[in-house]
Amino acid sequence: MYDVIIIGAGVIGCSVARELSKYERKILVVDKASDICEGTSKANSGIIHAGFDAKPGSLKAKFNIIGNQMMEELSKQLDFPFQRNGSLVLGFTKEDLIELEKLKSQGEINGVRELEIITGENVRELEPNLSKEVIGALYAKQGGIVCPFHFTIALAENAFLNGAEFMLNTEVLQISRVSATEEIPFDFYHIETNQGILRSRTVVNAAGVYADLFHNMVSEHKIKIVPRKGEYCLFDKCVGNYVHKTVFQLPSKMGKGVLVTPTVHGNLLVGPTAEDVLDKEDISTSEDGLKEVLKKASRSVTDLPIKQAITSFAGLRAHEESGDFIIGECEDAKGFFDVAGIESPGLTCAPAIGEYISNIMSQYLPANLKSSFQASRKGFISIAHASFEERKQYISENPAYANVICRCEMVTEGEIMDAIHRPLGATTLDGIKRRTRAGMGRCQSGFCSPKVMGILARELKVDPSAITKSGEGAYLITGFNKDDVV
Amino acid sequence: MNYDIVIIGGGPAGLAAALGARESGKASILIIERERELGGILNQCIHTGFGLTTFNEELTGPEYTQRFIEEVEGKNITVMLQTMVIEITKEKQITAMNIERGCFLIEAKAIVLAMGCRERPRGALNIPGYRPAGIYSAGTAQQYVNVEGRMPGKEVVILGSGDIGLIMARRLTLEGAKVKLVAEILPYSSGLKRNIVQCLDDYQIPLRLSHTVVAIDGKDRVKGVTIAKVDERLQPIKGTEEYISCDTLLLSVGLIPENELSAMLSVTFNPSTGGAIVYENLETSVAGVFACGNVLHVHDLVDNVSAEARFAGKYAAEYLNRTMEEELAVIPLYAGEGIRYTVPNQLRISRLEEQTIVRFRVNKPCSNAYLCIYFNDIRVDRKSKRNITPGEMGQIIINKKDISKYPKINQITITMEDK
Amino acid sequence: METRVFTCIRCPMGCELTASISEHGVITVKGNACIRGEQYAKKELINPLRVLTTTVRVIGGIQALVPVRTRGEIPKEKIMDGIRQLKQIQVKAPIQIGEVVVENLVDSGVAVIATKTVRKRE
Repeated sequence: MYDVIIIGAGVIGCSVARELSKYERKILVVDKASDICEGTSKANSGIIHAGFDAKPGSLKAKFNIIGNQMMEELSKQLDFPFQRNGSLVLGFTKEDLIELEKLKSQGEINGVRELEIITGENVRELEPNLSKEVIGALYAKQGGIVCPFHFTIALAENAFLNGAEFMLNTEVLQISRVSATEEIPFDFYHIETNQGILRSRTVVNAAGVYADLFHNMVSEHKIKIVPRKGEYCLFDKCVGNYVHKTVFQLPSKMGKGVLVTPTVHGNLLVGPTAEDVLDKEDISTSEDGLKEVLKKASRSVTDLPIKQAITSFAGLRAHEESGDFIIGECEDAKGFFDVAGIESPGLTCAPAIGEYISNIMSQYLPANLKSSFQASRKGFISIAHASFEERKQYISENPAYANVICRCEMVTEGEIMDAIHRPLGATTLDGIKRRTRAGMGRCQSGFCSPKVMGILARELKVDPSAITKSGEGAYLITGFNKDDVV
Repeated sequence: MNYDIVIIGGGPAGLAAALGARESGKASILIIERERELGGILNQCIHTGFGLTTFNEELTGPEYTQRFIEEVEGKNITVMLQTMVIEITKEKQITAMNIERGCFLIEAKAIVLAMGCRERPRGALNIPGYRPAGIYSAGTAQQYVNVEGRMPGKEVVILGSGDIGLIMARRLTLEGAKVKLVAEILPYSSGLKRNIVQCLDDYQIPLRLSHTVVAIDGKDRVKGVTIAKVDERLQPIKGTEEYISCDTLLLSVGLIPENELSAMLSVTFNPSTGGAIVYENLETSVAGVFACGNVLHVHDLVDNVSAEARFAGKYAAEYLNRTMEEELAVIPLYAGEGIRYTVPNQLRISRLEEQTIVRFRVNKPCSNAYLCIYFNDIRVDRKSKRNITPGEMGQIIINKKDISKYPKINQITITMEDK
Repeated sequence: METRVFTCIRCPMGCELTASISEHGVITVKGNACIRGEQYAKKELINPLRVLTTTVRVIGGIQALVPVRTRGEIPKEKIMDGIRQLKQIQVKAPIQIGEVVVENLVDSGVAVIATKTVRKRE
């Protein structure tokens, strides 16, 4: 019997797990994927929003402001990349300028500090590659960027180190509430999964686009999550400094529009589109979507370096029909806590939501603080970012840090071995990619994937044919040469 | 650690450059190679077709390499394997890493860039659809099949008719896979004609010209692709879509010189090749830094790589005797009508040898055309060319004595003109 | 008179060859830029030949495979039979480049040789 089962090992589930792991509780995180950070958390803009977009009084506004201000300390504690690079919302017409003023006052009501309207000239002084058509902008110094993978993995690893258990490849099939009996003197949840039955006193529903499915299993008050697809295009590092700040256009009903931003790893990212889809697994890109992204981004920047695109991808936002997050205990299912409808600015809100759930959990299921709680975690060693002397030091500890496997991102064998052997280590090519960036560069894993496969097989003591790109079904090798020659 | 000449890359270009340098002097020479053996990509090119002009024989990649390795051995050329160069400065200080020495510095007097090229990935094409397992570049598949002995799939569609794609169509067929078709977006193949005959026609593999992949199906592993015909502007034509079930998509959509290190040196690049702009002696805009092979421009045949690289090595050795850098008169060399690029790009008259080899590619298939050299706007040479396609490299000689006849020359243009 | 058109595969030029065979069995070739083209077209008309390149499994080597090729050409229609025969072959490391792996592939009289040296795994 667990005290808490968290469904979903995305940024929200992992943030909640970490906060809850500060207390003496038996915690389990389950996810149907083969790795943490496999859903919405893996395909988004990686933006830490300042907080001017959300409607005043909304949960989005509240958690955005708190979450944003938690990032410096959290990124230091958990050692993941975060930069407060600032953001701009561009105005192209006089009407836009009025909207920008509205956005600024909305931000101020929400509690965003350091908002400023600047002129077109000022904009281009800050960002010379922005369009000549820009006549003004809202400048938000509190905006930032983060690596969504490293952020989520940092939270997960730290939760794990503090005793939270994780079960991956575990799909929840049915949830039902069981009333207290003489034998078990408290109410609990009976959770059927493809890995067997699990039981827990409470459930945290952080299942992203599937949160409605689980909520609706225990509650009469039905909710509906619409997957809202966003397509992105990622550009080579050689144009990573095309802009320095995150550049937005004015938001629309469907979201914050197409942005152009540097990433913390030095690439340039443009996107997303916003399209409601029916299939909760539909992360396919489309010709129209990619064209739209490039076209809209071309409105913000001059001469978008389209030839430097290295990959495109799509993610799903968990949009709830009410338009706001649904966070809190389910009215008609005590001990079932929803964290549903977490779309943008969900990544920014994650630490604040974790804290909030922890607080309400403490009322429902009081527990003692854990004296052994380790608040900090050491991040991944990166040889590419180490100094000459640091490299020498790392290599003297483990010579495998001198063996470069991914040339584009300069990732060494030692770093790949770390990614496999760390807590909740990688078991797939994608898992290695998100932790180390091997295969994330301009050749998109052409040179390194056979080598990474070999290292995974060696370290996990399996045959290379058992290694997948992203879990079951995503096999890479179909047999030996001439197997099918008869 | 100090060397007169450091060659970065131990593939065919690096090996020939080392030999070229050795033939021209007693300099200390170091080859740095990132893999555990010399030979570069030739080690996985187990098909024949190498060495026809160099050895008058048809060798496989590893055999061709072996001849050069044997020649390098015993010539007092130092080789460092499994060593990655991670930084170079304009002062020719090289930072490298390997397991034996860790992170270390090498001071060079001259550098030859011979890093080769890499394949263009899917992202550069932005093919819509999912991102499942089963999408490989042709070279990655070649590594799996020819080196690891593992099959990347059972039913294969190949996008792009570059030579590696054509070669892999045959390799996969021989190893038991079903290659359903090769789709090429252009109205002609970018591969060599002989490869279409012996890799596709021999095995009845259809080549669909003016076709491209417009969608990839399958969430975990590729389940199929949709191909469509394209119009003259290479845009897919609605209504011509055709679904091909397969578990593998191979991409053979072009090669890009691997110039990260050259960029650290701030050499000037030629956008048409993706490689450095070079003078008559294959020297880049940074004095004492030379480039050759596929890092300079993607070649059609390794024989041409070796020939070019030998010169780069020779000129690097000659550079060691250069006492001072002086401003020399430079004649730019332009790719005119019908020509996509030339290598070299600039000629310094005082440094010219009797003959300068200019390598070039045409920008469209030509038959019965004239290959011409213009000094300013005077045509000084015209040669009849029967057939030439963008897939093959051409070459033409510029004679020093011709140049000396025209003292007012300020540019040279190469053209390919229809008859 | 029978006439057929081939693309020569002897070198990268890829000449378009027109080969005609007269009633008396005399073959004439046009379109070739060199003698190899003529030889190729004549063979292609009567008995097409190819070099087979593939890999063979290695036991105890630093690599799992050794690349191999037929020393000369074998009849084109025997290529897949050759593959089938090589499927059954395993060789023990070390193997020297040029070493014979199969003496006579599918009764063609042509040997299969290693095209790379594979050292023994330590």
